[in-house]
Amino acid sequence: MNKDDVKSIVLDIIRDIAPDEDLSALKHEVRLRDQLTLDSMDFLDIVMELRKQHGIEVPEIDYPQLASLESCGEYLLPKFKAKGK
Amino acid sequence: MATLPRIVITGVGLTAPNGNTLAEFRANLLAGKARIAEIDVRHMGKHPAGVCDFDATRWQKRKEIRNGTRVGSISIYCSREAVVNSGLDWETIDKSRVGVYLGITEHGNVETENEIWNISQFNNDTKYWTHHHNPRTVANNAAGEVTMNMGITGPHYTIGAACAAGNAGLIQAAQMLQLNEVDVALAGGVSESIHTFGIFAGFKNQGALASHTDPAKASRPFDKNRNGIVISEGGAIYTLERLDDALARGANIIAEIAGWCINSDATDAVLPNPDRQAECVRKALERAKMKPSDVHIISTHATATSMGDIQECIALRTVFADCPRTKINNTKSYIGHCMGAAGALELAGNLPSFQDGIVHPTINVEDLDPECAIPGLVINQPVSMGSVDTILNNSFGMLGINSVLIVKKYGIA
Repeated sequence: MNKDDVKSIVLDIIRDIAPDEDLSALKHEVRLRDQLTLDSMDFLDIVMELRKQHGIEVPEIDYPQLASLESCGEYLLPKFKAKGK
Repeated sequence: MATLPRIVITGVGLTAPNGNTLAEFRANLLAGKARIAEIDVRHMGKHPAGVCDFDATRWQKRKEIRNGTRVGSISIYCSREAVVNSGLDWETIDKSRVGVYLGITEHGNVETENEIWNISQFNNDTKYWTHHHNPRTVANNAAGEVTMNMGITGPHYTIGAACAAGNAGLIQAAQMLQLNEVDVALAGGVSESIHTFGIFAGFKNQGALASHTDPAKASRPFDKNRNGIVISEGGAIYTLERLDDALARGANIIAEIAGWCINSDATDAVLPNPDRQAECVRKALERAKMKPSDVHIISTHATATSMGDIQECIALRTVFADCPRTKINNTKSYIGHCMGAAGALELAGNLPSFQDGIVHPTINVEDLDPECAIPGLVINQPVSMGSVDTILNNSFGMLGINSVLIVKKYGIA
């Protein structure tokens, strides 16, 4: 698994929780909330789906790490690797 | 007591198991077309149920549908359609003067059952319990979702009134308009009950859940072989205004609210009390300044339980003993029991009688129970009355809540 794989997983989750959004031109370095209509409940959805689908825990103090797709990849990759993925 | 403003209905939005507009619903009632499906109920297998097929994406984004509740979607669809039907200029009206008053039988069971099932897949670890649970289960959810979708900043709340709730929502709205709390009210009743197994299990264990090899024949009020309730979802929401306001904007007035009453049996949690039901009807007539013989159509509440139908018939025989012109019908035989939406939907199904003069029948009566053979009962075939001026709508619920609403054709003295 690499960073792109992680970003793809996060994108799939966002596709489910924000089905009206066009994700085709999403800029990886830009904050998700600056590009998409996402609120705090949506970010909690991302956290919940990571937990339910992949057993990944994101402590509240680390929520800012999920700001952009790029930061998601950076932050989550070690957690996925720790799961042996 | 000062004369209170007259209140009128200027718009209707609905979804029933057999229709997503009043025109479609009415056409199916006159054609005798029931629409009951067989659904797979969690833990319980297949049971007949009334399922609505309105297009939620007509008025909601997919994310709204995902984050909200089924009853929220039903409420938004019906409210939006009621506004369109009213001809109100929605973009320009003062949204702070719009109120939303929705009757519900219960709320929160669907989401709670879903989450209990959800965490059971994770060893009952509550960290998997959704953070959407509270906004989805607060009692004002249905009305609150309407305000958020439509940008309404006036008051909103639900009225918990068991299966009397549809009338109760309308009555609350009429009162708030009379008190000048709002200028426009969106009011009626809604239900998502088919998505909770608890209501099916509760009625089954009470011996009050319908079954039939043909789902379309499962709901059969007044039939000797009736065996209980068909649980359904649905909604009917009305646009209500003060008469003067409606006239000033040249609105199409569908009906005038003539009278109402809500009272309580104070006797039994589930067995209706015909004395209190009759008293409720009489008080509604008194408020409407009508005699029993002034009522042209009685829309019954009868749910096809063995005792409930008989108790209502006792009440009606008592009040309408000498009313040869009065016709009596039932709509649950087509759509099942839409719970919080029942009274509001059943009223809607009858409203076109003001234009066409026809009374739709109660269907699925193959062997009329002698104890339900009340004079004027319209069975299996529509009856033309020539003209219909008044409709009395019964809606009763558990814990002995009774609601009666009387509407009349606008322009009738």
